[in-house]
Amino acid sequence: MKIVVLVKQVPATDNVKMDEETGTMIRDGIESEVNPLDLYAIEEAVRIKERIGEGVEINVLSMGPKKAVEAVRSAIAIGCDKGYLLSDRKFAGSDTWVTAYALSTGITKLVSGFDLILCGERATDGETGQVGPEVGAYLGLPALTYVSKIEEIGNGKIIAHRAVEGGHEVVESPLPVLVSVVKEINTPRMPNFSGKMKAKKIEIPLLTAEDIGADEERLGLQGSPTRVVKIFRPQVARKGKIVSTAGDPDGAVSGLVDFLTEKTII
Amino acid sequence: MKERDYRQYKGVWALGEVRDGEIHPVSFELLAWGRGLADKLSVDLSIVIIGSHIKDKVKELIPRGADKVYVIDHPALEHFRIDPFSAILTTMVEEYKPEILIASATSMGRTIMPVMAVKLDAGLTADCTGLDIDLEERLLIQTRPAVGGNIMATIKTPVLRPQMSTVRPKSKRPLPVDHSRKGEILVKEFSGEFLTSRVKRLAFIREEAIGAPIQDAEYIVAFGKGLKDSKHVELMKELAQVFNGSLGASRNATDLGWISYSHQVGLSGKTVSPRLYIAAGISGAVQHLAGMSSAEIIIAINSDPDANIFGVADYGIVGDLFEVIPLLIKKLKEKAKEA
Ligand SMILES: Cc1cc2nc3c(=O)[nH]c(=O)nc-3n(C[C@H](O)[C@H](O)[C@H](O)COP(=O)(O)OP(=O)(O)OC[C@H]3O[C@@H](n4cnc5c(N)ncnc54)[C@H](O)[C@@H]3O)c2cc1C
Repeated sequence: MKIVVLVKQVPATDNVKMDEETGTMIRDGIESEVNPLDLYAIEEAVRIKERIGEGVEINVLSMGPKKAVEAVRSAIAIGCDKGYLLSDRKFAGSDTWVTAYALSTGITKLVSGFDLILCGERATDGETGQVGPEVGAYLGLPALTYVSKIEEIGNGKIIAHRAVEGGHEVVESPLPVLVSVVKEINTPRMPNFSGKMKAKKIEIPLLTAEDIGADEERLGLQGSPTRVVKIFRPQVARKGKIVSTAGDPDGAVSGLVDFLTEKTII
Repeated sequence: MKERDYRQYKGVWALGEVRDGEIHPVSFELLAWGRGLADKLSVDLSIVIIGSHIKDKVKELIPRGADKVYVIDHPALEHFRIDPFSAILTTMVEEYKPEILIASATSMGRTIMPVMAVKLDAGLTADCTGLDIDLEERLLIQTRPAVGGNIMATIKTPVLRPQMSTVRPKSKRPLPVDHSRKGEILVKEFSGEFLTSRVKRLAFIREEAIGAPIQDAEYIVAFGKGLKDSKHVELMKELAQVFNGSLGASRNATDLGWISYSHQVGLSGKTVSPRLYIAAGISGAVQHLAGMSSAEIIIAINSDPDANIFGVADYGIVGDLFEVIPLLIKKLKEKAKEA
């Protein structure tokens, strides 16, 4: 069985700087990490490998600047077998539609005969959750989104649970399939020493748009159908009444009850 | 990319949702968004409903703002499955050519719309909390929180059509029912390979939630890390019961396993828009505020006078929640007895 795990390197802090001109993120000088939800996808791939044993190969694919190779290495350290990074200035500024196009083109080029593509449900920076199902659509695969459990995989099919509104949907799909996972699915492990050593040594090929045969006109900011035209700070402030319990807790709470009564809540 | 004459694209479309055999209220929210857009553009607002045994129920969409209701009704379409739903919607969009297509940012909308974006060669913006029209350019203006809710981004799709977005559930209230509204119901037939699905639904395991699912709740009592221990969830439950409300939580509280993820409010959880939101022991990080700042009334209880949550509160109590909440429960119960 061949598995592809899609990982993204994201800024580790939540006070990210933005380029006010282009509306894209300034990634320089900010610590990076593997997108937290992708760790669950990596973990699940490794668990499948542990369960099935021989004959499972896990390929990690990322797209990003050269330093995103660290994210690929982190995945190798946890137990993935091979890693690739799509890195080219031509990819810069890509929206989800273009990113998915590049990733799916890369998968087709690099991993023949894959059975399963795993990814995190969304990334903490863009927060769109669109790339996974878009990759599935480009490759003509069914997309199982919000997967919280893989009950069975093998013999050309998968049975999985999807965490949706009101409960869990149990579905069966033929392979190959794209699966995006949510946190419920497992508890990611930390890399061990031998994993870290392997990650350090392994060669991670960097591939350009040309290497994967991507249509240049469809790439980057230029090829992206959507455009960020403005960014601004959210305004949510209200000027409410703030009281303290100090000295008179009873009065403070009575005040609240009066307020709720006045607002016809009670 | 397919060559197209985008000038032919006219009209606003919404993809409605059916859950458990009923039109789900997110469909009404989409109509409220869509009505505003369609009126500005002076075009029709249409909604597509795909389901089973749903024909008789779609009438209610017209008093909620729809000019046209396209209904596809077949037993094979009882549950959302990506293959038939995306095949049907793609065919319809290619035939009728709407300039805008919106769906709700639910598990269905967030699964089908990316697939539509690829099938239709069109751009998609996720999880919008604001939609408007730039009349000069005749473009959809899409606003969404980005980068952990720290900023809002305004996004346009200048060339490709339709312009597509998913909108956060509860980011707008449905329009009041207006029975004087006129509209058309158009039944569309699909058969054969349109109805086949590679993915099969084997079962559905319902989750026992406390109260209504929080997205639908009118009253929410939410707690954060300040609750200190899972055993205190009982206290919050007791308060929620007084209002017949639901429990919400911050990400810290769900991460600690005090309550299931389905109760998480915020950027990476649910967006809620209740009449009342009580936040106890929640600091009020931007990511939390992104999910609840549109509540009608916000009450904050926090021991830290500088907590961010007070900035969005209509009434705030600086104090220990373990003192305030029991007292509040007592007073509310007394009040209920009086009445
Ligand atoms: C990409 C991203 C997405 C995120 N998504 C979400 C999301 O969807 N939802 C979300 O909630 N967070 C989200 N977060 C996390 C968010 O940034 C905060 O870390 C989180 O909301 C904090 O939770 P909290 O308020 O429970 O905990 P804390 O920030 O630790 O606050 C605890 C509060 O309890 C108060 N307190 C302590 N003891 C008492 C007491 N006895 N009585 C009264 N008050 C007391 C403290 O003063 C403090 O204000 C996200 C973060 C990122 C980066």
